[in-house]
Amino acid sequence: MAQHATTLPEQQPTRAARHPRNVSKLERGLSLIGGAALVLYGLRRSLGNLSLMLGGGALIYRGLTGYCAAYQALGVNTVYRDTGHGIALRATITVNKPAAEVYRFWRHLENHPRFMRHLESVVSTNGKRSHWVAKALLPAPIEWDADIIAERENALLSWRSLPGADVDNAGTVRFRELPNSRGTEVRVRLEYAPPGGIVGVAVANLFRSLTEQQLKEDLRRFKQIIETGETPTADHPKVSQGVSR
Amino acid sequence: MKAVCWYGKGDVRVETVPEPKILNPRDAIIKVTLSAICGSDVHLYNGCIPTMHAGDILGHECMGEVVEVGSAVHNLRPGDRVVVPFTIACGQCFFCQRELWALCDNSNPNACMAEKVYGYSGSGLFGYSHMYGGYAGGQAEYVRIPFADVGPLKIPHGLHDEQVLFLSDIFPTGYMAAENCSIQRGDTVAVWGCGPVGQFAIRSAYMLGADHVIAIDRIPERLQMARTQHQATVLDYQDVDVSDALQDLTGGRGPDACIDAVGMEAHGTSIDALYDRAKMAMFLATDRLHALRQAIHACRKGGIVSIPGVYGGLLDKVPVGTAFAKGLTLKMGQTHVHKYLRPLLTRIEQGEIDPAFVITHHLRLEEAPYGYEIFRDKKDKCIKIVLWP
Repeated sequence: MAQHATTLPEQQPTRAARHPRNVSKLERGLSLIGGAALVLYGLRRSLGNLSLMLGGGALIYRGLTGYCAAYQALGVNTVYRDTGHGIALRATITVNKPAAEVYRFWRHLENHPRFMRHLESVVSTNGKRSHWVAKALLPAPIEWDADIIAERENALLSWRSLPGADVDNAGTVRFRELPNSRGTEVRVRLEYAPPGGIVGVAVANLFRSLTEQQLKEDLRRFKQIIETGETPTADHPKVSQGVSR
Repeated sequence: MKAVCWYGKGDVRVETVPEPKILNPRDAIIKVTLSAICGSDVHLYNGCIPTMHAGDILGHECMGEVVEVGSAVHNLRPGDRVVVPFTIACGQCFFCQRELWALCDNSNPNACMAEKVYGYSGSGLFGYSHMYGGYAGGQAEYVRIPFADVGPLKIPHGLHDEQVLFLSDIFPTGYMAAENCSIQRGDTVAVWGCGPVGQFAIRSAYMLGADHVIAIDRIPERLQMARTQHQATVLDYQDVDVSDALQDLTGGRGPDACIDAVGMEAHGTSIDALYDRAKMAMFLATDRLHALRQAIHACRKGGIVSIPGVYGGLLDKVPVGTAFAKGLTLKMGQTHVHKYLRPLLTRIEQGEIDPAFVITHHLRLEEAPYGYEIFRDKKDKCIKIVLWP
């Protein structure tokens, strides 16, 4: 089932802030107001109420940094609920080949349009960065640059789009070789958050067609190409010239 | 080219259609020299199989001459004479590598359709609905063969088409049905249905060491074929109570294994058979399973019920309690044809069997509509029709 993403987990800048943001703008504003009110209320009381002031301070910190330790502990992230469009898709398939071979095929990003139907082309610009072009229905192409942000050979690959992407998206694929030559499990999580505005409409039209079922079909093609070298087709001739019996 | 096209219940036509082309590197195109109408084609003809589209080319039993191969096919060349398995298999997936060829993971482009119905999809099949891939069938002048480096079996000189054509389906299907019975020396095997698959199941049961085969049908010429070709004991279910007769013939113990070579459109004279017919007529059921019920009922304790007959949907009133009470084993499924091609070709070469015995009608491709009609209605003593283009 497709679900609303609670996060695009690799969105967080790694060095810019000590903690990743996980609180939405609205909540941050409310935290600031509430926190300030609590601190003021605590100061006004004759003995000063330490717990109120601590609580208010924590809320102000939360509002200023956009980071909430409790959310972190609970795995909650409200940043990308702002748009209301964040979508996460998951799919899994088992490919009857060793992990190294499966990983290698995926890691060669130029292969992706062969099995991902919504893609036109992918070009690796350097080891970590790549340029992606989606099949667009409008004259203006939908494209983005992405970075590989985590990579463990034969085990995991994570990527996300860079700021300025037509569509903010991220993904993780995990590979697990099964015992006894039973193949390699491939688990994909794909997330995207179409922006608003006119571009957003075009992007939404493109990505609306990207469902979990289609991601599954993409993975099936991935498996078919690795296992058999081709994808099956039965595009067969239709009756052309009437009856001739 | 000419091809036999499906247009609906009871409506097949010979049409002119474009010739197939190589679409994938592992494809081949063959010029069909002989094809056949299969009992399971009658299920299509009767409109019992969903996801057929008007104009679909029928036929999954065919052989011919290779005329073109894709860039990745190195074991065949134009001019080779081949028999084509009705199941399409890639040879490289988890299932093919375990000899479960009919369950190939990669040959059905419409796997998602079958997954919705069955959870997982079997292999693609020639000319057998879009749920099974939508592949054009072999009742045509030419046919495209996917994964041609894996499936087609080259036929040595000296064997004529009629002897080897049935390696494509019904001989392996009958053979696998018998193999699924794990026959021990001295066993008695009962076979419901003496159509072409039933005939091969009977013969195969003897080949695999059965002491006694009992064949059950109602069509005189089919019972006669079972008796004269294979020396089986025959029962006409219109004349005898099958369960009583089987008990009597097996000294009260019951057959060691039972083969249901009838499938989803069984005929019968009992209450349950009429009930199935009524339900199916009202579209309340997909399958009639009188033969299967009887097989489960008649089988000896601890025996095996093997099901080569095709079933498609949900079965009503399957006596699972009976199967449980007697500790039965049920085995079924599409035939893993690839596994049997060479061993059975060897049996043909060595003269153990000439599969042509089952042919009653040689027709031209243009006569296919007539062929479907007489085969369905069992007119003109029709048991097996081959079509030459």
